[in-house]
Amino acid sequence: MKRPLLLTGTASGVIACAFVLLNSLPGCRPSGTTKSVVTGDAASKVYVKPGTHDEFYNLVSGGFSGQLAVYGLPSGRLLREVPVFSVDPETGYGYSEETKGMLTTSHGFIPWDDSHHPELSQTDGIPDGKWCFINGNNTPRIALIDLGTFRTNSIIEIPNSAGNHSSPFTTGNSEYVVAGTRFSVPMGDDASRDVPIKTYKENFKGNVSFIHPEPETGKMSIAFQVITPGMNFDLSHTGKGVSEGWFFFSCYNTEQAYSLLEVNASQRDKDFIMAVNWKLAEQLAKDGKGKRVPGKHHSNWWNEKTHSSETTVYEDVLQLDPKDHPGLVYFMPCPKSPHGCDVDPTGKYIVGSGKLAALIPVFSFEKIQKAIAGNEVEGDFAGIPVLKYESVLHGEVKKPGLGPLHTEFDANGNAYTSFFVSSEIVKWNVEKLEVVDRVPTYYSIGHLCVPGGDSKKPWGKYVIAYNKITKDRYLPTGPELTQSAQLYSIDGDKMELLLDFPTTGEPHYAQAIPAELVKPREVKFFKIEENEHPFAAKGEKDTKIERRGKEVHVWMTTIRSHFAPDNIEGVKLGDEVYFHITNLEQDWDVPHGFAIKGAANAELLLMPGETQTLKWVPTRVGVTPMYCTDFCSALHQEMQGYVRVSPANSNVPLTALTVSVDAEL
Amino acid sequence: MKPISRIMIAVAALSLLVLLFVPIWRIDLQAPQYPEGLYLQIFADRFAGDVEKINGLNHYIGMGHIHDDMFPEFAVLPKLLMALAALGVLAALWGKRWALFMGLVTLSLFGLWALWDMYRWGYEYGHNLDPRAAIKVEDMTYQPPLIGHKQLLNFDAWSTPDIGGWVLFGVMALLIGVYIMEIRFNPHK
Repeated sequence: MKRPLLLTGTASGVIACAFVLLNSLPGCRPSGTTKSVVTGDAASKVYVKPGTHDEFYNLVSGGFSGQLAVYGLPSGRLLREVPVFSVDPETGYGYSEETKGMLTTSHGFIPWDDSHHPELSQTDGIPDGKWCFINGNNTPRIALIDLGTFRTNSIIEIPNSAGNHSSPFTTGNSEYVVAGTRFSVPMGDDASRDVPIKTYKENFKGNVSFIHPEPETGKMSIAFQVITPGMNFDLSHTGKGVSEGWFFFSCYNTEQAYSLLEVNASQRDKDFIMAVNWKLAEQLAKDGKGKRVPGKHHSNWWNEKTHSSETTVYEDVLQLDPKDHPGLVYFMPCPKSPHGCDVDPTGKYIVGSGKLAALIPVFSFEKIQKAIAGNEVEGDFAGIPVLKYESVLHGEVKKPGLGPLHTEFDANGNAYTSFFVSSEIVKWNVEKLEVVDRVPTYYSIGHLCVPGGDSKKPWGKYVIAYNKITKDRYLPTGPELTQSAQLYSIDGDKMELLLDFPTTGEPHYAQAIPAELVKPREVKFFKIEENEHPFAAKGEKDTKIERRGKEVHVWMTTIRSHFAPDNIEGVKLGDEVYFHITNLEQDWDVPHGFAIKGAANAELLLMPGETQTLKWVPTRVGVTPMYCTDFCSALHQEMQGYVRVSPANSNVPLTALTVSVDAEL
Repeated sequence: MKPISRIMIAVAALSLLVLLFVPIWRIDLQAPQYPEGLYLQIFADRFAGDVEKINGLNHYIGMGHIHDDMFPEFAVLPKLLMALAALGVLAALWGKRWALFMGLVTLSLFGLWALWDMYRWGYEYGHNLDPRAAIKVEDMTYQPPLIGHKQLLNFDAWSTPDIGGWVLFGVMALLIGVYIMEIRFNPHK
C-alpha cells in the first residue's frame, strides 16, 4: 500500500512544480535520504555508564580484514580485534617464530584471509561462551578462538574445498562444525584435477566437511566429508530439538554453470536446500564405510604451555558418497539461489532465503520426514533424491520484501529476516507466516543477529543489522568509508532503531552472548611456573646469550621497567639474532612490548608470563636501540637497551649484561 | 575459681592456637589504577597476599624488598603462641586467681610487644629508603599506619586486624570478663 501512495504523491508533486515554477518550494523535489527518526529515550537505552560493562559481547566477522572484532552491546563500543587469519604486526601474531605456524597451510604460509561467519560453541543447543569459530573463505580454513583468552586457539585447513563460505556452523554440542565449499572443483590426484573447465558437470564435485574440535584442547580434525554433485554451497545450520541429528545447507548454481554465474546460475526457478542426516554419516564413518581420498591439509594448534604453535599435516581425508548410502542426503527445492538457511529455536521449521526471491519459503521438518517415508520425490539431482516442494513446505511468507538474505529468531515465535535489496528488517510470525513489522536499515543490510538467535535459546532484546553500504551515515573519510552496524530494540511490538556504530573490516555475520557467560572464563595472565617454552627465562638469573653458528640466541626477560639483558655485544654482521623474551610480570594488564630498530618483521606484545621470539637480522655495523612499546609504568620511557653489531670478521666476545649503578662505581 | 571460669580460661588459651592457622593482621592498599585493591596478610609464620606486586611497586620509591626470611619473628611467633596456650591451660588446671592475673599480664605484654614490633618494622621500611630510588618525594616517608588509614602518595592504605587479630582481642576480652566475674561473684578465691 505504501508504494502506490508514494508514487501518486511524487507524480502530483511534479505537476505542481511545472505550474508553480518555483524550484525552491519545499516538497517539489525528493528531499534526499530519509533519515530515521530516533525516539527520545533511545540514547538512554544504549548508554553504558563509564566504568560499567555492556550486557552482551558481540563477536563480529572482520570480512576482508580476516579477523574477528569484539564489541559490547548495547553501547556498540569496540573492545578488541582478535587476530585470526591475518598477520598482526601490533602483537607479533604471524611474525613471531611461535605464531608463524598458525598460518601455515598446504599452500605454505598464508598471511591473510576473508573471514565471514562467527559461530559460538554450544552445549545442548545453547551458546556456552567457551569458543567462537570463524571461517576463512579464501584459503579454506576454520579457526577456533578461545574466549578465555580471546586468542586463536586452532586453525584447520579444509581440503577439496574452494571458498569456504558455508561455514563454520555447529551441531548442538559442538561435536562438529561444518564447512561447505562455495566453489565445486575437481578432486583426486593431479591427473583428475587437471581437466577442462567446461567439463564441470562430469568432473567437478562439491562437498561438506564435518570437523571435530577436541572438547579439552580445541584441536581440530576432519571427521568426514560428504561429497555432492558440482554446485555452490552458501550457508548452513544444524537441526535442533525435533530435527536434532540433521544439518541443512543452502545450495545455488544447480544450473552447474562455470562462467558468468550472475546470469547462468540464476536461470532456474528453484535451487536446493540440502538436508544431511549427520548422525547417519557419523555412524557410516565409524563403520568404515567411507573412502580415504587425497586431500593434504594442515591443522595448527596453539599450545598455551609452550606458547607455541604445533602443526599436524594430514595427507588424506575420509569421504562418504551419498549415492552409496541412501538416506544420507536429500534435496528440497528452494526458490531462487538461497543464501540463509536457518532453523527456528524449536527445530520444527527451516527457513530458506532465496536472495532473488520475493517470498520466504518455510519448510517443516515433520513434513520432510513424512515425504522421505512416503517417497514423495519429484526426481533426482545427480542420483540424489529431490523431495517435492509442496510436500515439505510449511508455507510461504508472501511479499515480505525484496531479496531475503538471512533469518534469526526470538523466543516468542518471531523471525527477523534481512532484505538486502529493499534494505530493511522484516519481523514475521513463524507459525502463522504473517509479517508483523518492518524497519528500514541504512543501507543494504547483509546478515543480522539476535543474541542467541540461531540457537535453541534466543536471549532476544536486540536485533543488529550488519550493513553493506554506509554512504552518508558518518563523517566521510575519502573514497573508503567506514563499515557499520545498527542496533534495534525488539522488546516492544515495534522494532525501534537505537544506535548506529562503525565496525572494522566488513561485518558479515555476528553472534552475541550475555557477558556473564564469558566473563568468568577470562584468563588474567599466564602462570610463569607453568611456562614450558624451551627458551623461557623464568627469572633474571636464567637470562643468557648463546651462539649456535650464525644464530645468536638471547634468553631475555621483561619486568617493570627494564630488559635483562639490556646490553648485548658480540653480534656480527651476517648473524641471525633470536630474542626469546619472557614477560616476568604476574599481574593483570601488564604487557610489555619489544621493538628493535630496523626489524623487518614486527614488534612483539608480550602478555604476563608469556614467552615469544622475534628474529632480527642486523643489516649494518653499529649500536642498535631496542625498547618497550607498551607504556608499562612511570619508568616505561627508561625501558630500553642496546645491541652492538660488529663486522663479520670481528673478535668482540659475545656478552649480554645488565649493568647497575653500583657496578659502574 | 569456679569450674566455669576454669573452663573459660582453657577455651581462651586453646583459642590462641587458631592464630597459628589464620591471618593475624592485614594491610589493604587502593589506588585509581588498582580498583581491585592490593592486600598483604601477616600470618604467624609468613606473609600472604599480593607480596610480589607490592614489592614491584615499592621499588620505585626505594622501599626494601619484603620476603619471609627477613623476619626472625616468623620463626619465634608460632612457638610463643603455643607456649602462651600451654601456660593458659596450666592456669586453668591450677585454678588460682593470681595465675589468671599473671596470664592476663603476659598476654597484654605479648600484644604490646607485637604492636611495637610491627611499628618498628613499619618505621624501618617506611624510612630506610634506597637513595637510588626512581621516585623521590621531598620529606615523604612511607611508614604504613599501625592501625587505621593513611594516604601514601597515590595509595590509600588501611591497617586492620584480620581473623587472628580479632581472636586475640576476643581471648583478652574473655579473660578480663572471667577475672571480673571472679572478683564480683567469688570473693573467696
